[in-house]
Amino acid sequence: MTTVATAEEQSVASGRLTGRERLASLAQRRGSIVVLALVVLIASFSFDSFATVGNAQNIAIQSSFLAIVALGMTFVIIAGGIDLSVGSVYALGGVLAAYGIQWGSLVGLLLPLVVCGAIGLLNGVLVAYGRLAPFIVTLATLLGARGLLLAITDEGSTTRLMPRDDWLTKLGQGTFLGLGLPVWITVILFAIGVVVLQRTGFGHSTLAVGGSREAATLMGLPVARNTMLLYLGSGLAAGLAGALAAAYSASGVTIVGEGLELEAIAAVVIGGTLLTGGAGTVGGTLAGVLLLRVIQNVINQIGTLSSHYQSVVSGAFLAVVVAVQAYLSRAYLRGGRR
Amino acid sequence: MDANSAVLTATAIGKRFPGVVALSDVDLTMSAGEVHALVGENGAGKSTLIKVLTGVYAPDAGTLRYRDSVVEFGRPMDAQQAGISTVYQEVNLVPLQSVASNLFLGREPRGRFGLIDFRAMNTAARALLDSYGVRVDVTRPLRTLGMGVQQMVAVARAAATSARVVILDEPTSSLEPREVDTLFGIVERLRADGVAVLYVSHRLDELYRICDRVTVLRDGRLVHSGPMADLPRLKLVAMMLGRDLEEVRRDGATKFEGERTAAQDEPVLAATGLTSKHRLDGVNVTVRPGEIVGLGGLLGAGRSETAMAIAGALPLDSGTVTVGGKRLRTGSVAVAMRAGVVLLPEDRKADGILPDLSVRENIVLAALPRLSRAGVVSRRRQDAIVATFMKRLRIKASSQHQRVGDLSGGNQQKVLLARLLCMQPKVLLLDEPTRGIDVGAKAEVQSLVDELAAEGLGVVLISSEFDEVIEGADAIVVLREGRVVAELHGADVNEAALLTALAEERADD
Amino acid sequence: MTETLTRQNTRIWLRDNGVYAAIVVLVVYNLVFTDNFATVANLNTQLVQVAPILIVALGMALVIGTEGIDLSVGSVMAIAAAILPLYLGYGLLPAIGLALVAGAVCGLANGTLVAVVGIQPIVATLALLVGGRGLALVLADGQLKDIRNDELLNLGSGKALGIPYIVLIAAALAVLVFLLVRYTTFGRQLVAVGGNRSASALAGLPVRRVLMLTYVISGVLAAIAGIVATARLTASDPSAIGNLIELSAITAVVVGGTPLSGGRVRILGTVAGALLMQLITATLIKHNLPDSTAQIVQAAIIVLAVYLQRSRSGGRS
Repeated sequence: MTTVATAEEQSVASGRLTGRERLASLAQRRGSIVVLALVVLIASFSFDSFATVGNAQNIAIQSSFLAIVALGMTFVIIAGGIDLSVGSVYALGGVLAAYGIQWGSLVGLLLPLVVCGAIGLLNGVLVAYGRLAPFIVTLATLLGARGLLLAITDEGSTTRLMPRDDWLTKLGQGTFLGLGLPVWITVILFAIGVVVLQRTGFGHSTLAVGGSREAATLMGLPVARNTMLLYLGSGLAAGLAGALAAAYSASGVTIVGEGLELEAIAAVVIGGTLLTGGAGTVGGTLAGVLLLRVIQNVINQIGTLSSHYQSVVSGAFLAVVVAVQAYLSRAYLRGGRR
Repeated sequence: MDANSAVLTATAIGKRFPGVVALSDVDLTMSAGEVHALVGENGAGKSTLIKVLTGVYAPDAGTLRYRDSVVEFGRPMDAQQAGISTVYQEVNLVPLQSVASNLFLGREPRGRFGLIDFRAMNTAARALLDSYGVRVDVTRPLRTLGMGVQQMVAVARAAATSARVVILDEPTSSLEPREVDTLFGIVERLRADGVAVLYVSHRLDELYRICDRVTVLRDGRLVHSGPMADLPRLKLVAMMLGRDLEEVRRDGATKFEGERTAAQDEPVLAATGLTSKHRLDGVNVTVRPGEIVGLGGLLGAGRSETAMAIAGALPLDSGTVTVGGKRLRTGSVAVAMRAGVVLLPEDRKADGILPDLSVRENIVLAALPRLSRAGVVSRRRQDAIVATFMKRLRIKASSQHQRVGDLSGGNQQKVLLARLLCMQPKVLLLDEPTRGIDVGAKAEVQSLVDELAAEGLGVVLISSEFDEVIEGADAIVVLREGRVVAELHGADVNEAALLTALAEERADD
Repeated sequence: MTETLTRQNTRIWLRDNGVYAAIVVLVVYNLVFTDNFATVANLNTQLVQVAPILIVALGMALVIGTEGIDLSVGSVMAIAAAILPLYLGYGLLPAIGLALVAGAVCGLANGTLVAVVGIQPIVATLALLVGGRGLALVLADGQLKDIRNDELLNLGSGKALGIPYIVLIAAALAVLVFLLVRYTTFGRQLVAVGGNRSASALAGLPVRRVLMLTYVISGVLAAIAGIVATARLTASDPSAIGNLIELSAITAVVVGGTPLSGGRVRILGTVAGALLMQLITATLIKHNLPDSTAQIVQAAIIVLAVYLQRSRSGGRS
């Protein structure tokens, strides 16, 4: 006897996705952009001072530094790992830029990149070849990097200023078409990131490693080498962001970056990348960063509300997004029989 | 092409692990354009041999020759690059990626600027799968497809990587009959292309259908190697079981006593209409006190799922479970246990033992609430229970505090049984109770099950060893793809009847 | 990659007992090279400093035992610290009671997200980490408040039999948690759930309930740590209290030999781990080595501890 096959059975048989599955997948990947648009829309109508050019420029530049860090984090998370050290590395980058600029802007830019890259490489080696848990390794580097930072700044007491006429400082402070140069750098990096993730073998293998490390290994992908490179990239991104941020404020402040790794993770997750790895969106991360910064901005606009509400809202947001992610993930996971 | 040119030759392969000899003096020759069956019961050494051939393990003894030269594979990548592809029973692909991605991972077609050309990749993927008769949307994430299709994609990937040797490990375990045909089509293609295929399976029908040669392993040793056509089925089975044919016919292959008066009492377990989407469809099982009911069926038939559903570990869409006349709330293991229904899971490593904890802790695990007062566990009661069961089941361990992970498979299984018996069950659901344990322990477990049935417990027995099911069970419920296709009672519980029930073609195919 | 047997045995010994050995070495070193080390005053100072970390680490050890993690403990401390001054007017006990309830509620929220909704512990507790401190600051209007309640102040600085109350509380809690893990049904079930979740489920264990209760306990312990720290500080400072304490707690647990993969909870080791880290910091300070060195040393020790714990498979946590 034959029974009428359900839509699902038909879809499994024919190999086409059901409408619901497609919608769920879309929501996962693009949901953050929709929410961002909504929030921006509502805020524009609710607050006069929100939808101004000045405010937009402000949000943009404030977002750019976090965004660069989150870009590196996105790739690491997609591969199934995590990098808790980016906050300390970011601060270290800033301090090193301020320190190195005394020998010229080139050194001011390269020093943070080299050192932070080395730290990222250390993370990568310990995780990929030492097979140690990323959580703990990057936790250790978080402490180590901050220790290093304290060591080179007389225990945090020295804040070097960056001369305004060096091109590095100008890079941080300059504008182009009204937007800060760091914003443009962010945009370019993200564009590259999108291409790398979706169109290169490296990006493809990153997705595979995050999806199933075993399968990727068995398929012959260079899992260890690629994993190491991802952490290197994350370190470089954090270092670059720190250097640019220091250039922007023209000083290497030592107390920045605390909690930045958590903000970056939050942005990545809110943006639609699965924390479990294997699927992610670079564009979504950008939306996630903007969302966090916009919320911060809106709460500031409200004025009467304590600025502490910003973190409460961010936290609540994160919880909701992840719960929805978990639900979507389960709802449209229909596999075959065991 | 010379159909008899040896591609991969393993000679006198030996491999041992701490405490166990996995392979001893095993030979295997794979020739181009030949489908070679590798047969053996669980624990015979099949998977170890495959791992040696594919570079996962290095052999302790013996040599491997690949295409006329001696080789030593340092890691799986070496074997793969040399042209030896393996398709494992567990689909080893990336679930979140699309079908096309999985097919071409690591060797994606490139376009401008060295970037991946998705259109070319999708087209090539579609063409490849079409040529094998698999029609599917290649842009779909792999995990949204049925296991059968996933398996085919894995095979297609192996076939497409211009491998000279393709190893298929239980390839049809998740396939529908139609998909099995498609798979065989792919295998034929491979054979025609001169690829050497190693086909590992225990589905005798399939082996006789597609394989040219057969190698039989038992307890790590080579028992037989020769053309498939020269080996009658019964002889093959006897070799796999290591029993003399006459002995098998006369004495039986297991320690099950067999003869049990079918009690006429009220059933202690009555499960009706068990249905769970994609897994079970209206399964009925009835067990009387003192009765052993076997669940027969091939892999994927739904036997484990049936047991899990009755035990409350599998949520049901519909169906009732009644124990001792009282209806049970389905979908809760705790509820089922309280009612006296306990399950011995199929995979004791993944779902059974807690390897880092002691024998004592593993045994009392389920019974903890009963052994405690006000939340504190009573040492005295624990001592009593552990001593009782270690003695009764003859659990061999240096002490009750020994780490369970260090025990032999047989003793681990006994620990799990002790855990279940602590709960004073009325119904025992045993899923592969003697899998992967040594002969001595096997016999002990079989006798124990007989004893328990004699004491009035109802037993549901799942075993992939025919003999256990045939000799142990008073009745057999035969499953196929989640449905009951036959029920055997009394005199009908014999090998011929079971094989017939299993081998029958689906009526609506 | 197989290890030789001796190498493996050495590693296991180091993993299980390394922390005690390290403590012995450091104590000896300090007895010889550090002035004023073996004084009661110094001992009390060190113990009082490590007490809040230890209390939090106890809860963290339980959570890690279930193969989870609780990043929100610092924020829960802050919430407890913020609640205290609001209700001290009604008496010490009601205020403490409410702070504990708040900790339990936070733990319940974490536990629900992890056990019911199925979110990974890192993310679930991350949400509370991010949002919780903000909540604490909202409750406190962003202000640091001096504590004037005599009873609470006494708790912070008073002693019994020469031992500060704070240290007694921490010790008592350590003993309680130790007994909990060893001898209660819940404790045994917790270890089982962390060791093999599916096996525990199939054995009929109430997995969800165990997980939720674990996080509740972690929340309550964090709240206690917040109360204790506030008492010692004689001020409620929700912006700074408990900052980065989750890192110290995780370090203590890992160094103490509790594996991140769950299934084993070493309370004694956790206590030792906390003491060891405190000892290291103190030694470095006494010898005028800067904070930076302390942090780098801490980092190296964490890596070493994890290396010793290394299991065959990788993974995030």
